[in-house]
Amino acid sequence: MSPPLVEVSAISRSYAMRSGMFGRATAVHAVDGVSLAIAKGQTLGLVGESGSGKSTTGRIVLGLEPPDRGEVRFDGKPMAMPATAAWRAQRARMQMIFQDPLGALDRRLPVATQIREPLDIHGIGTPADREERVRELLRAVELTPAHGARYPGALSGGQRQRIVLARALATKPDFLVCDEPVSALDVSIQSQVVNLLCDLQAELSLTLLFISHDLRVVRQISNVVAVMYLGRIVEIGSADDLFARPEHPYTQALVSASPAPGRRSAGRIVLAGDPPNPAARPQGCAFHPRCPRAIARCASEVPALSVVGGDRQVACHLVTGAQTRDAA
Amino acid sequence: MAPLVNIAGLSVAFSGVPVLRGVDLTLHKGEALGLVGESGSGKSVTWLAALGLLPRHAQVSGKVTLEGREILGAPATELDRVRGGRIAMIFQDPASSLNPVLTIRRQLCEALALHRNLQGIALKAEARRLLDLVGIPDAGRRLDAYPHEFSGGQVQRIMIAMALAGNPDLLIADEPTTALDATIQAQILELLSTVRRELGMALVLISHDLGVVAENCDRVAVMYAGRIVEEAPSNQLFADPAHPYAQGLIGALPPLDGPRRRLTAIPGTVPDPAKMPGGCAFAPRCALASESCGLAAPSLAPIADDRRVACIRAEASRRALLGIAAE
Repeated sequence: MSPPLVEVSAISRSYAMRSGMFGRATAVHAVDGVSLAIAKGQTLGLVGESGSGKSTTGRIVLGLEPPDRGEVRFDGKPMAMPATAAWRAQRARMQMIFQDPLGALDRRLPVATQIREPLDIHGIGTPADREERVRELLRAVELTPAHGARYPGALSGGQRQRIVLARALATKPDFLVCDEPVSALDVSIQSQVVNLLCDLQAELSLTLLFISHDLRVVRQISNVVAVMYLGRIVEIGSADDLFARPEHPYTQALVSASPAPGRRSAGRIVLAGDPPNPAARPQGCAFHPRCPRAIARCASEVPALSVVGGDRQVACHLVTGAQTRDAA
Repeated sequence: MAPLVNIAGLSVAFSGVPVLRGVDLTLHKGEALGLVGESGSGKSVTWLAALGLLPRHAQVSGKVTLEGREILGAPATELDRVRGGRIAMIFQDPASSLNPVLTIRRQLCEALALHRNLQGIALKAEARRLLDLVGIPDAGRRLDAYPHEFSGGQVQRIMIAMALAGNPDLLIADEPTTALDATIQAQILELLSTVRRELGMALVLISHDLGVVAENCDRVAVMYAGRIVEEAPSNQLFADPAHPYAQGLIGALPPLDGPRRRLTAIPGTVPDPAKMPGGCAFAPRCALASESCGLAAPSLAPIADDRRVACIRAEASRRALLGIAAE
């Protein structure tokens, strides 16, 4: 396997939160000791519910936010200090796509101008080259120059997300962080954008960090999938294997909760309780209050992410390589 | 059996632009019907129009009967008995459906007093029973809490409790889980099917998520551009969709197991209601469209006992089948 393009080692990030106007500030651990490696040209999918820290992880990986602890290495080098020339050069090689394309675009500028903006900022090519590149990018995302002359308000949701994608690709990045890129789109448009993303990735050998709550879309596009719960990775493994044979009780519940046409809800694991509050993190395994299989040890001891066989890693006291593989 | 609700030729236009173009739908007592379609297909408008909840400038025509009685354009006093009492509705964003400055008790009791004429101790006991029924822990104490003290999933449970306050015969759930996390969605869907079974209530589940509808409904109607294009028992629809749009929607759904395949994307976008193509509204995006598709809009015609499809190809193949059968 080729060396990883992006290497994240044990990053943590916490925010101070006050309860009430005079309440004491408490630290909310949004991300807590997350390590990831993404090989060149591969896609890592990051799934989890709201508040699991998947977006914060994406922002730290991209250098939009510094980690409190831990380190992110890009192409073998640590992230440069923000606002330096080295940082800017590095940032041109990594881009981000957000969930809400209308919020990510300026409503008062024609979209072609917005696609050209990164080229202007990073000073890439002559003005004529840039115009040509914009036309090329519009073609790449299956739009026409006529679309480029329009304002974001005059485009549909799917077309806007294509424009955001074209703009992200303008500087020929190696690495793309996609944060819920298709969640706001209708099913038929979603599949267009997912196919486009797959095609462009193969064509440009992009490396992707794909963040989504939608297991189906994540499986479609990812090679490796990591499942997050309350700021930690609870399970990581190859996409097909992970969804076919989830080991962690939380992953099992997530997979079981994903509705499938043609399958009735018999045997579904319905978790009790609410999604966890990052400000009131349970002791021990963060999942234990909702876990149907929790034992006494889960309430006191935090399980470490450990290899259970093949490329699968699970953070659960009840899942150890030998036992579960034999049982299954 | 007489249908609970019958909708015939329901059409809605906003300032002259048609958004609902002739919807026919029948719902029986205790039945779970799914309504799927993309945004703007008219799934919500159908029920808002049927219950007289659209703004006054909407032009509504057609017939909507509840156990034989016309409710479209019925006087306000009669509609007040229908809405909440016979037919209740819950929405996608539960937090904005509750009043943030009133306790849950006040809001639940308001609905109970209005529809059930309960008072005093009986009223409080019933409010508590409803919260218990929808699975709010410690219901007695939580009645005095305000909406912001509950999580998103719990607020949706409270909305369901309020909808059940009038003992409705039909609950319309409009994207009830879209704003919720996956594990909470599973909880709410389970709650909905439990209360439906226990109370013998009919359910209309409106969703853009085919999986959600398939698992929780007996029958599914697929809507496109203000019309129903296919209606079938849910297992049949997903095993063997007849309308090209239904086929496209199902093909666009990435599988969670088995081999990965390229998604069959439906090209183009949903037509603008103000510039609706002549003939079949799906024809410009349809891989199977022929010249005759642009001539007239196909009507929703039966292709089997309990299946209806609005596509000239389905009709042609049915005729061919019948022709073979006749020989």
